[in-house]
Amino acid sequence: MSKPRTLYEKIWDAHVVERRPDGTCLIYIDRHLIHEVTSPQAFEGLRLAGRKVRRPDLTLAVPDHNLPTTPRRDAQGQRIPIADPQSAQQLAALERNAPEFGVRLIGDADLEQGIVHVVGPEQGFTLPGTTLVCGDSHTSSHGALGALAFGIGTSEVEHVLATQTLLLKQSKTMEVVVEGELGFGVTAKDVALAICGRIGTAGGTGYVMEYRGSVFRDMSIEGRLTVANMSIEAGARSGLFAPDDKTVAYLKGRPLTPKGAAWDAAVAYWKTLHSDEGATFDKSIVIDAADIVPNVTWGTSPEDVVPVTGVVPDPASFADASKRAAAQKSLDYMGLTAGQRMEDVAVEHIFIGSCTNSRIEDLRAAAALLKGKHVASGIKQALVVPGSGLVKQQAEAEGLDRIFLAAGFEWREPGCSACLGMNPDKVPAGERCASTSNRNFMGRQGPGSRTHLVSPAMAAAAAITGHLTDVRELLNEKRGEVVA
Amino acid sequence: MEKLTVVEGRAYPFGMKNVDTDIVIPAHWLKTISRTGLGKGAFEVLRKEPGNVFDAPEYAGSPILIAGDNFGCGSSREHAAWALADLGIKVVIAPSFSDIFSGNAFKNGILTVVLPQEAIDRLMEVARTDPIHVDLEQQTVTTRFQDRFAFEIDPFRKHCLLGGLDEIGLTLGQADAIGQFEAKDAGVRPWLVPAVA
Ligand code: SF4
Repeated sequence: MSKPRTLYEKIWDAHVVERRPDGTCLIYIDRHLIHEVTSPQAFEGLRLAGRKVRRPDLTLAVPDHNLPTTPRRDAQGQRIPIADPQSAQQLAALERNAPEFGVRLIGDADLEQGIVHVVGPEQGFTLPGTTLVCGDSHTSSHGALGALAFGIGTSEVEHVLATQTLLLKQSKTMEVVVEGELGFGVTAKDVALAICGRIGTAGGTGYVMEYRGSVFRDMSIEGRLTVANMSIEAGARSGLFAPDDKTVAYLKGRPLTPKGAAWDAAVAYWKTLHSDEGATFDKSIVIDAADIVPNVTWGTSPEDVVPVTGVVPDPASFADASKRAAAQKSLDYMGLTAGQRMEDVAVEHIFIGSCTNSRIEDLRAAAALLKGKHVASGIKQALVVPGSGLVKQQAEAEGLDRIFLAAGFEWREPGCSACLGMNPDKVPAGERCASTSNRNFMGRQGPGSRTHLVSPAMAAAAAITGHLTDVRELLNEKRGEVVA
Repeated sequence: MEKLTVVEGRAYPFGMKNVDTDIVIPAHWLKTISRTGLGKGAFEVLRKEPGNVFDAPEYAGSPILIAGDNFGCGSSREHAAWALADLGIKVVIAPSFSDIFSGNAFKNGILTVVLPQEAIDRLMEVARTDPIHVDLEQQTVTTRFQDRFAFEIDPFRKHCLLGGLDEIGLTLGQADAIGQFEAKDAGVRPWLVPAVA
């Protein structure tokens, strides 16, 4: 009998090309996603060295980070120029590099275009048991389908393009177990925030996480993508879900998945991808589902999490001095005072989007609350940015766009948008945004912007009331309306 | 990557201590799409000062930079090494370097030579009038005035620089092993390829 292995160890072992005496391994990369911001210098490096892309057939390029989310083509189908010259240049570089190196490019106005981490799973490019990389830290998202997926830097992008491998040291393993049943109004985003709050942004550093327990088993693939996406906010470069029937059902028939007999062989292989009975993890975190409530962040780190029904913490309540100082700095930046009720915090901006929460389920959850309602008078801008053209199309087929528009939201083209404010979608200095994205760093949504991370339903609730709001109250009202 | 064996030429007698990567290349150059062309932004702020060594005609195109303690501290941006390479720098000589910078320099084919402050002082003096000679094979820095300074270097880095081997080049040296992996894996997981038609 071989030693029981974790899912991570199984995927790792299946990809070792060569093991060095110091433990470094040359790891084979099955899938490589590319976008416009971190790839130009990598391609340039190849060009200067006269190298080619080893496996263009395992590589897929899609622009997302700094595309405008306003229309990209005019009535004649001509490109509407991108105002920011540097963004335009980065897009142009991708459009030049991809064909030159034989890499398939999804174009900026294609139906399949979207945020790279939405596109990969949606197209079936992401498959269980694969190693998948991208020059972006939220590549952890793809772990939702059982892929060992992590973000890399520009030099590594070039290394993968040229060699289809990376030199890596094996990570430690951590299981994150959530057992029980999620309460009314509690979503995958709240679980992800609860984990960040519990273990902190450095808690997962050096580890690959595996999400285990009934809550994750019961979770939809969309929800798993949200949780895996935020693994990196808890410090882990990757977060894994063992593939199951839901994974198989999700992938079946997608454009880039194997077909016919190859599909059957793939499914048979995926069934072996789970941590063995008796496999041990270097660290174990156990959370009771009943303890998770709708969460919001109060500070400038994703670990600054409180229940929406809670209050802004007092910096003095933190045990160590550096945390106290950091908390005070956060509160000053956020314009909040200790003891203030989170539900009293007024917001001027709503952002529903990003690779964390821009899939169809997310839009449905927000639209369900917004139906027949309007954003509060204090809301200056409310944006919905679907994760991909296909999500947008699906939402429009379901009439969700009309609900959002009637509620006073803007319905945009897919991309990263206000998640990081590289394109024109920014939150102005000193203004506050309830955002479904993953990072509330200082200046993340634009210089001086103040971000509160929430679930899509919570973002919709804040839009309706104009302040951070416990979504359960609105859901109860809705229930009442249905009964009445 | 170009092989680096012997570098001979004029050297910028820079000598500044604690040069951080912001000084080497200011942040606004990071939005570029190219790792070449950054030489224009190298030491941008210092070059606004009249009489700076980087714009003095006698040093134009020098392949060697002589600097002070802790060269390349600050952020990890690889752009600093790209900027120096684009400026034509092949060797930086200083009493000490930030680890991240020397790693990035090495990745980009730049040799970082650590010498004691007295040696630096002497080389600064020579550099004002005469060329400097760096021999990686011998691990020496010499001048036509019989100065001879020996330096240490990690054998792996030396091997890579002498052979013009960058990390990618080295991995490409294992192309057979990678090919064998692909062939074997095609038996285990034939459904994996192609990912895109
Ligand atoms: S949506 Fe935000 S987090 Fe996701 S890939 Fe884009 S910028 Fe990164």
